[in-house]
Amino acid sequence: MHHLKSTSWWPTSLLLSGPLLVLALVVYLFGGEVLQRILIVLFINLTMVLGLQIFMGNSGVVSFAQIGFMGIGAYSSALFSMSPQAKAMALRNLYSFLVPVQVPFVVAVIIGGIMAALVAALVGYPLMRLSGAAAVIATFALLIIVHTVLINWSEVTNGPRTLFGLEAYTTLWVSVASGILFLILALWFKETRLGLQLRASREDEAAAASIGINIVWVRWIAFVLAAFVTGVAGALWAHFITSFSPLAFYLPQTFLIISMAIIGGSASVSGAVVGAVAVTAIFEGVRGIENAINISTVFPFTVSGLTEVCLSIAMILILILRPSGILGSRELPT
Amino acid sequence: MNVLHDVLQFIINALSLGGLYALMALGLVIVYGILRLVNFAYGELVMVAGYTLLMLGAGPIPWLIVAVISIGMAVLTSLLLERVAFRPVRQASATTMLITSFAVSALLQNMAILFISPRAKAVTTPSFFTENFQVGDLLISKGNLASLVVSLVLLGLLTLFLRRTLLGIALRAAADDFVMTRLVGIRANQVIATAFAISGFLAGVVALFWIGRLGSVGPFVGSTPVLVAFVAAVVGGMESLTGAVIGGYLLGALTVGLQLMLPQSLLDYRQAFVFAIVLLVLLFRPQGLVRGTATAERV
Repeated sequence: MHHLKSTSWWPTSLLLSGPLLVLALVVYLFGGEVLQRILIVLFINLTMVLGLQIFMGNSGVVSFAQIGFMGIGAYSSALFSMSPQAKAMALRNLYSFLVPVQVPFVVAVIIGGIMAALVAALVGYPLMRLSGAAAVIATFALLIIVHTVLINWSEVTNGPRTLFGLEAYTTLWVSVASGILFLILALWFKETRLGLQLRASREDEAAAASIGINIVWVRWIAFVLAAFVTGVAGALWAHFITSFSPLAFYLPQTFLIISMAIIGGSASVSGAVVGAVAVTAIFEGVRGIENAINISTVFPFTVSGLTEVCLSIAMILILILRPSGILGSRELPT
Repeated sequence: MNVLHDVLQFIINALSLGGLYALMALGLVIVYGILRLVNFAYGELVMVAGYTLLMLGAGPIPWLIVAVISIGMAVLTSLLLERVAFRPVRQASATTMLITSFAVSALLQNMAILFISPRAKAVTTPSFFTENFQVGDLLISKGNLASLVVSLVLLGLLTLFLRRTLLGIALRAAADDFVMTRLVGIRANQVIATAFAISGFLAGVVALFWIGRLGSVGPFVGSTPVLVAFVAAVVGGMESLTGAVIGGYLLGALTVGLQLMLPQSLLDYRQAFVFAIVLLVLLFRPQGLVRGTATAERV
């Protein structure tokens, strides 16, 4: 049984965002470019896993569709942030009415989030009746459908080829702002009336329904909100990496954010933060070792896949030894 | 070209693809029925069998023996995964088990990337997989025909096993009501291990035909079979072995049918259509076409 009492959200906000801000400041002042990039990745990952936590953590229903929303956010923000010249280069078959459109970066990011939320709102409502394995397969099907559309709708995505020519607008402080903002949002949402109802439905669907909670409705709101957050994360990632293809939004990425939620503990926002930090650290650390091995040419072949092997072993161990994650459903000060 | 010819060709193609899909779905459902575990790592059993084919296939050993060893490797891997990864989380929620299998799947894929190669490698398969023969004016691929025959034979044998042997009956009883089955003295570990062994065996057989069709094996060779198995199982009914078979044949017919009927511009979206159907089935008939006996949750 998880904690279900309503608590104030601001002590946890301060406790979690304080160290993150200090870390960002230290890296900004003293870290090199590599460290700064790793930190940007960390805060984008954090935004993404917070999106997952808002839905999965509170409702107990696993969503495999999040990375699809990330892709929608990435592509739709790109369409609105790129200059007409860049679009003429990268997207030759783009619908002509979209070519001249260009808005400021922040607006484009919000549009990315809204597009993801719109898709989630349209297809999500009927899906919210499902839970357990059926929900997993349904959201998985949704991910595959979004992926298929991204790969084939070449007018707006350049098809399976790489979309290039985005400006690198996502600086360290942009990513920090997003991470902290959504951290506070997730903590606040959890303690709202809606968040409590959602968590009640996670503990016992039948009991929650019997006291008048409209489970489909509360899940739907969380799903749409989560899609918005993930869409924003996708938009930020797009303007950090600046060129990408639909392959970036599929199973490996899904595995990464689910492992963050599971390792940290998906039922609490603190768990999401711990998971994002731990997994990003493992991922970047092992990848650094992988690169060092490959550069030193100790082995006659290149090493790849080691990072994912380490992550999946970590995840399996956590699932066996501590199925509710490092933090379980606890928020940090307690 | 006459209509009869087209219809016959369609039936042959749909049946042979459907038979293969039915085997894929059965391997998934036989474990789900007992453990409520949606096993994402099922596709990696196909991969393990495939890599065994790759490594031994080029040597002097006759292909049939290599095939048997490959199936054996899939069975062993399946049993090993059950023991190491799935048994410890058996008491946990369905979601925890599912995510465990997702992690196991990622682990095996990336081990293949790490230790073998990220790229797919060509496998030498017997030439009959790519040969065709003609009956009247019908073109029949020998590989397709073999998969049709083998799937029918295996379905028959599996039915016999499940209906006539004690272990088979225990398996079906466990799929119906696992707690009750244990109460009457059936050993849980034995039943579950049997289910995993059968699942591995089916994955091994699937691998022979699947990799025979593809002609190559790579770390992600199991993705399509596992997706197909999901779809077929969901459509047919996750709790029913009969449903899995029906779902497999339906999906085979649907795949071949969409290929024929969709206009060229929409053909690339075929996968999206198939998965949209999955969503519709989940929404309107979540228990699938064939209902299991104990689907409703009691409060």
